[in-house]
Amino acid sequence: MAFIDSNIDTTSSVFLENKEHMQSLVNSMNSAKEKVFQGGGPATVEKHQKRGKLTARQRIEKLIDNGSTFLEFSTFAAHNMYDNKAPGAGVVTGIGVIHEQECVIVANDATVKGGTYFPMTVKKHLRAQEIALENELPCVYLVDSGGAFLPMQDQVFPDRDHFGRIFYNQAQMSAAGIAQIAVVMGSCTAGGAYVPAMSDENVIVKGTGTIFLGGPPLVKAATGEVVTAQDLGGADVHCKASGVTDHLAEDDEHALEITRDIVSHLNKNSFQKIKTKQVIEPSYAQEELYGIVSKDPRVPFDIKEIIARLVDGGEFHEFKENYGSTIVTGFSHIWGFPVGFVANNGVLFSESSLKAAHFVELCDQRNIPLVFLQNITGFMVGRKYENEGIAKHGAKLVAAVSNTRVPKFTVVVGGSYGAGNYGMCGRAFQPRQMWMWPNSKISVMGGEQAANVLLTVKMDQLAKKNEELSAEQQQQFKDPILKKYEEESSAYYSSARIWDDGVIDPKDTRKYLALGIKASLNKEWPEKTKAVFRM
Amino acid sequence: MGKIEKVAIANRGEVAVRIIRACQEMGIETVLLHSEVDKNTMAYRLSDHVVCIGGAAISQSYLNMDSVIEGTLASGADALHPGFGFLSENAEFAQKCLDNKIIFIGPRPESIDLFGDKISAKKLVQTTSCPVIPGYIGDDQSEENLLKEMNNIGYPVMVKAAGGGGGRGLKVAYSESEAKTAIESARREGINAFGSDKLFLEKYLGKSKHIEVQIFGDSTGQVFHLYERECSVQRRHQKVIEESLGQISPELREKICQAAVSVAKSANYLGAGTVEFLVEGDEFYFLEMNTRLQVEHPVTEFIMGIDLVKAQILAASDQSVLWNQSELSPQGHAIECRVYAEDPYLGGVPSVGRLGFCKWPHGPGRRFEVGFEEGDSITSYYDSMLAKVIVYDESRPRAITKMIKTLQETVIFGLKTNIPFLIEILQHPEFISGEMTTQFLGQHFSSHLEKKENSKRENLILDSIKKQVGGSKTSTSQLKNPWFEA
Repeated sequence: MAFIDSNIDTTSSVFLENKEHMQSLVNSMNSAKEKVFQGGGPATVEKHQKRGKLTARQRIEKLIDNGSTFLEFSTFAAHNMYDNKAPGAGVVTGIGVIHEQECVIVANDATVKGGTYFPMTVKKHLRAQEIALENELPCVYLVDSGGAFLPMQDQVFPDRDHFGRIFYNQAQMSAAGIAQIAVVMGSCTAGGAYVPAMSDENVIVKGTGTIFLGGPPLVKAATGEVVTAQDLGGADVHCKASGVTDHLAEDDEHALEITRDIVSHLNKNSFQKIKTKQVIEPSYAQEELYGIVSKDPRVPFDIKEIIARLVDGGEFHEFKENYGSTIVTGFSHIWGFPVGFVANNGVLFSESSLKAAHFVELCDQRNIPLVFLQNITGFMVGRKYENEGIAKHGAKLVAAVSNTRVPKFTVVVGGSYGAGNYGMCGRAFQPRQMWMWPNSKISVMGGEQAANVLLTVKMDQLAKKNEELSAEQQQQFKDPILKKYEEESSAYYSSARIWDDGVIDPKDTRKYLALGIKASLNKEWPEKTKAVFRM
Repeated sequence: MGKIEKVAIANRGEVAVRIIRACQEMGIETVLLHSEVDKNTMAYRLSDHVVCIGGAAISQSYLNMDSVIEGTLASGADALHPGFGFLSENAEFAQKCLDNKIIFIGPRPESIDLFGDKISAKKLVQTTSCPVIPGYIGDDQSEENLLKEMNNIGYPVMVKAAGGGGGRGLKVAYSESEAKTAIESARREGINAFGSDKLFLEKYLGKSKHIEVQIFGDSTGQVFHLYERECSVQRRHQKVIEESLGQISPELREKICQAAVSVAKSANYLGAGTVEFLVEGDEFYFLEMNTRLQVEHPVTEFIMGIDLVKAQILAASDQSVLWNQSELSPQGHAIECRVYAEDPYLGGVPSVGRLGFCKWPHGPGRRFEVGFEEGDSITSYYDSMLAKVIVYDESRPRAITKMIKTLQETVIFGLKTNIPFLIEILQHPEFISGEMTTQFLGQHFSSHLEKKENSKRENLILDSIKKQVGGSKTSTSQLKNPWFEA
C-alpha cells in the first residue's frame, strides 16, 4: 500500500503564519454562525418559547438520534442579504439520523419574520429536497411558517423553482417511494397548508399548530364568518373532523417523539452496496490543514498535503503520477468508504484534463464515489494550447464528470475560477454536496484578470479614436472592477446565494465527506453501460 | 466693493441653510439658486428668494457657471456665496463673478488659481518657513543618484513608479539596506504595469495625522489663525469625524499655526481658508491649501466663539472682522460627525428615499447642521450627507461622551444612516486615546460593519436555550457510523 509522506514542516514560521491566518478565518466564521443560530434574536426567541414552542434547532436536536451529528446545509443563506433580516434565510435544513435512518430535515424558524419564505428560503428548501431526491432520503418537514414573504411575492411565488415547486417535489418524491412527513408546529397558512396536506403521514401540535387555506381575517373579509384560528384549522379539527392530519400531539416534544416513531416504521430497504474497510484514523492531525494553504492566495501549495490529512491512515494509490501532473488523481478511503480523488495542483492542461477524465471513468466503472478538491485558476490559454485542442480535451473531462453515475462531492479549498470550476465538478455538475473553505474564492475569473481584460477592450476602443488612458486613469478604471470581484468572489457571498451547501471548518472536511458518502448509499446507483476509454 | 444687501447662494443642503441663516441674521436678503429637483428642501423654504438654474444633473445646474451667473444677475443679488464643493474653488468662476460686478464671497481668483495647482502651491510654500514633504521628481534616474537622493530625504522613503496608483508600483524602503531592492522592484512593476521605469521619491509617512489650520485673511491685510482641526478619521480620503483642537502637543500647535499663517501671508490671502498638513511625530508637512469654507468649520466656531460665514461676508464687503490674534484663544473641545444616508452594514451604499421621520435631540452644546426636514427627498443626484452633528464640551472625553449620547438619541426613519458606524468609531480605544492616524478606519473597520456582540442579557437567554437542549431519546447503536462520531 502506498502512503503520502508529508513534506510540511509544522514548526516553520510560514506554516505557523498560515495556520494563524486560517484560524482567524475560522474564528470569524464561527462567530458569524453563532449569530445565525440566534435566529430572529433573543427577544423574539423568548416570545416564541413563551408560547410553549421550541426553536427550530431545538426541535431538530430532539428529533435526531442522541449524540448524532446534524449535517447542516447553507447556514449562511441570505448572509448580508435582505438587510440581514433573515439569518439562515429563516429555515434550518440538513441531514440528520432518526433511528439510524438518514433523513432530510427542513425546519422553519418562526423567530425570523414568522418563518416566511424569502427568495433564498425557497431556494434553501428546494435544495434540501433536491438532496433528498438524489440520495433517496425520507423528508421530515417541521412546519412553522406564515407562507410567502409577501413584499417579495414576485420572487417567491410564480416561477418554476418558486414556492409551488416544494409541493411538486413532495408529490414526485412520494411517488418515488421517498417518505414525506410533516409536523405542524405552528401556522401552515395558504400555500403552507399544502406541506402537511401533501405529506404521506403527518403530526399536529395541539394549541399552536394550525392549517388553513385562509386565516380568520381572510375568512371574515371574504364571507363575513367570524371564527377562531383553532376552530378553523386547529389540531382537534384536523385530527377529529377533517382528517387533514393523522397524529395529535400535546406539545412540541410529544410531536417529535411521534415523528421518530413514524420514521422507525418506514421500512426503507434499498441501499447501494459498497465494499467498505475498517476505519483507520488519519495519519496527521486535522488542525494541520490550517497551515498548508498559504495566507496569500497567489502562493501555490501541494494538494497532496491536504489529501494526506483527509484519508484513512494517509493511504493514497496515485493514478498516472507522472502524466499531467497539474492534476492529482488517486484512490483511497475515507471512514472506510472507497473514494477517488481529483485534485488540482496547478492550471489545467490538455494532459491533465485527459488524465482526470480517464480517472473519473475508472471510478464510475468501479462504483467509487468521487471527491473533487478545487484550487483552480482555469484551463491554460495561448496559441500552443488552443492548437493542440485543449477545448476538446477539457470537454472530455466536463462530459465524464457530468455523466458519471457515482456520487460526487466537491470541496473548494482555494480558488474556483472559470471553466476550471466546471471541469472540477462545480455546482452546475450536481455534486451531492459542495463545500467551501472560509478562505476560498469563486468567480468567473480572478479580479485582476477581469479588470485587465476589460481594460484591454476599453483601451483598444480608445486607440481607434487615437485616445489613451494614463496609468492613473487605468487604475481608476480597474479599481471598481477589482472591488466588485473581491466582494462577489467570497465564500460567504457564494453561500448566501446557495451556490454551495455551506462554508466549513477545514478540519471538519473529512467528517463532512464521510457523512455525505454514507447518506449517498441510500440510493442505488444506476448500472454501468459503457467501457472506460483510454484517452 | 461696497455693502452687501442681497446674497445669491450657489449651493444646496445644510451649507445653503447655514449661509441663508447667517445672511438673514445680518439683515441681508438671500437668493437660493437651486436645481429643478431641489424644490422640496429646507433651504428652498427658508430663502427669501429662489431662482431655478437648471436640471438635476450638477453639470446643468450647480456646476453650470453661465446659469449661476445669469440667475444671480436676474435676481439682483450683489454678491454670491459658493458654499463648499461645486464652484467654490473654481478660479475661472470667481473671475466671472468679478467681471459681472458680483462680489464673490471667497478669496481672490489668483489665490484660488495658485493653490489649485499642486506644483505652484508647493513652490510658493517652499519660499516660506513651512516644511513640505521632502522628495525627488528629477530626471536623473540613475541608481547612484536615486540612492543619494534617498539618503538626503531620510528613511523611510517611498519609491513610486511614475503613473503608479492604488498601491501598485509603490515600494517603501525603511533603511538604506532596502533601498536597492525597492528601486529594482518598483522599476520592474512600473515597466510591467505602466510601461515606464521612471521613479519618484517621497518621504514615507506611514502613520500620520491629518491636521489642518483654519486661517482667515482680513480686508486690512491681516492674517489670523483660528487654531487647528484634526480630521484623521477618514474613509477612502473622505473625512468622517473632525474635531478641534487636534491631538498634538502645544509646541507643535504653535509651529503649525505659524507655518499656516506664513503660507497665507505669502499669497496675500483674503477670507477663510484652510492649510492642511500631515503630521508624524513632531514633524509636519504641507499637504494642500483649501481656498473655501470647510465642511467641518463648525468645530472651530465652537471653540473659538466666532461665526466664520459672517466673517467671510464682512471680509468680502471690505469691513474689518475686529478680531485680535492675541485675544483669539480656544476654549474646550468640539467634535463633528458627518451623518450620511447610507447603509453601514452594506459597506456604505447610499440610501435614497424620503426622510420619513427625524428627531434631533437638542441640548446644551449640541449643534445640528441640517439641510433636510421630515418629508424631504434624498436623491441619488447629490452627495448623501444628511446632516452634521457637532457637540461642544469642556474636555475631549466629555465631548466624546456627549457625541455618543447625542447620536444614540437621534431618531431617523425612512433612510438608513451611518450613525451605528459613527458610534462604533467613537467607542474605539484608539479614537479615545487620541492616537489615531489616517490609517485608523482602514485598519480597524472593514467596509461592512459587523452587528454588535451580544449583551449580557442576550447571552443569558442563549445559555438557557442551550441547557434546554437534550432529550429523552433512546440511545442507538454507535458502531462504525460516522453520524455518531464525537
